[in-house]
Amino acid sequence: MSEQSFLDHSHQRGFLECQIGSLLAALEHASRAERLAQAPGLLQRFDPRVRLIAMLVLIGLVVSTHSLTTLYGLLAAAALMAFVSRVPLTILARGIWLNVLLFTGALALPAIFLVPGDSVFHVPLLGWAMTMQGLESAAFLVGRALTAATFAGLTILATPWPHLLKALRTLGVPAVMVVILCMTYRYIFLLLQSALDMFEARRSRQVGRLTGAEKRHMLVANAGVLLSKSLHLADEVYLAMQSRGYRGEQHALLEFRMAPLDWTALAVLLAITSVAFRFQAWGLG
Amino acid sequence: MHIPDGYLSPATCAATYAATLPFLAVALHKVKQQLHTRMVPLLAVFSAFSFVVMMFNLPLPGGTTGHAVGLGIVAVVLGPWAGMLAISIALLIQALFFGDGGISTLGANCLNMGVIGIGVAWLLYRAIAANASVDSPRRVVAAALAGYVAINVAALAASVEFGVQPLWFHTDAGVPLYAPYPLEIAIPAMLIGHLGLAGIAEAVVSGGLVSWLQRAEPELLQSMAAAASSDANTDADTDSPSASVDWSPMRKLLGLLGVLMVLAPLGQLASGTAWGEWGAEDFADPQKRDEIAAASRNDPLPAGTPEGLKQLGTLWNAPIPDYEIPFLPRTVGYAFSAMLGGGLTLLLWLGFGWVLGGRRRRSSPG
Repeated sequence: MSEQSFLDHSHQRGFLECQIGSLLAALEHASRAERLAQAPGLLQRFDPRVRLIAMLVLIGLVVSTHSLTTLYGLLAAAALMAFVSRVPLTILARGIWLNVLLFTGALALPAIFLVPGDSVFHVPLLGWAMTMQGLESAAFLVGRALTAATFAGLTILATPWPHLLKALRTLGVPAVMVVILCMTYRYIFLLLQSALDMFEARRSRQVGRLTGAEKRHMLVANAGVLLSKSLHLADEVYLAMQSRGYRGEQHALLEFRMAPLDWTALAVLLAITSVAFRFQAWGLG
Repeated sequence: MHIPDGYLSPATCAATYAATLPFLAVALHKVKQQLHTRMVPLLAVFSAFSFVVMMFNLPLPGGTTGHAVGLGIVAVVLGPWAGMLAISIALLIQALFFGDGGISTLGANCLNMGVIGIGVAWLLYRAIAANASVDSPRRVVAAALAGYVAINVAALAASVEFGVQPLWFHTDAGVPLYAPYPLEIAIPAMLIGHLGLAGIAEAVVSGGLVSWLQRAEPELLQSMAAAASSDANTDADTDSPSASVDWSPMRKLLGLLGVLMVLAPLGQLASGTAWGEWGAEDFADPQKRDEIAAASRNDPLPAGTPEGLKQLGTLWNAPIPDYEIPFLPRTVGYAFSAMLGGGLTLLLWLGFGWVLGGRRRRSSPG
């Protein structure tokens, strides 16, 4: 995944090390998220359904606002929320902001020159005109991507994944989808570990350098083995499900209870949303 | 390819969710009939597999690397409906947990890769592989081509979504509020990377994995081939992982529709404006006025533009006026408009048929 994501994209030397590095990054992200979700922060105390709804509303607000002040105000609010939820800002900075800036920042950079408008600066020697409209457009794109990713990342870092999936039921996601999502999440890590073991085994036996064609052949063969393992795993899981009485009905336990703190959080969310929209309506961007 | 939050306007996000959800609802409905089979763990494990495969860095000629999405192999093994679900599940987990792709843009990502990508890969694989034997090299070529074309069509869809943003969503001062690049930049920028890198990675992985299945799991391809060849006898209760669909009655009609779309630019050979389809500006053009008069038995025309036409003509500005797309040659724009219009009409009818079918099923006894 070379696109914008929460995973560490530190480049490793060597073909096998590169594969192992990207798989390890996913596993590390998962273990870090599970550890932080247990921390005694403010966000962790809310009902997972409130966290999910808050994330969706706030991302909706980030995407729909036409005001740069509101946009970057929401980013500051997200950073403050991270602080009171004991999510280290270094994790946000390295795991989310840096990735967003590297991907969206690079993508937004040409817009500064390509979007037509009022020229504010000319690049010496090249003569390229930097426009006000281009600068604002880049600020919108980077601000939206940064703020939305921060809210999404915060929710994930503060919520155990099974709770988040169960909370999806509140949004009307069918029980069968939640069951499949839970299973998928579980098997992602099993298959990641399996792939990691295969690459480690190969690395420990590798002597000399592989050519490009050999690398491709090896990678497709590994993917093929993983595919075979996946299919056999699906069979085994199905037999295990049957042996435990699976007859096609799906049940997802939903034991969440709303506390006064959760209702307060929802009221604050509503207030923030109305203020943001009022702010925009007044033209205070 | 995974569009992050903030790149698409809320209206585009809503439209893509609206376009995707009917497909996912149909897919879920079809797959639900198989949920007493091994489909539940298979879907879960296959979604996990496509997720992990997306993390492999495939070395490509020229010293660079590319990532596959797994569209080709998922379409081949799971079929269109279960494949749509598997890719959408993987995309949901990527967006929620790994921040790869946005949450507001999840509908667009599912539409591009899950619906369009899987649909194209499945149709192309079936068309090329046809009745080839399970161990035929044609199946490998079919999977590779299906993966290559599918990921490029999905990238084209994403680039169109990007490209319309600055046209439709900007401030009064001309500041683009979302993705800032117009179609003439967005389409080549997306397609160059996908035609050259991601497409090759997808082709290598899809073709390579089908070749692997031919040697290691031929029975899986066998059940797929059997499901594909017995169009009329498919049964949703089959244990085949490929959720079969009866495409045969539609195939000829769709083929005819495709030919007509390609031939659409022939419409430009006709000269003049169709009777009654005049615009307000035509009444100000002396040459057009002569054409209108000649086509109307030389009845006298009003001296100026009719007031009603002037007022009503500005009520709605078509997104593609006169079937012309500014950055495309007229002929290509004409064919593209035919495809877009035809596709939207089909989509509407599919949605209508699905709603009507659902009502009938509910009202029918038993």
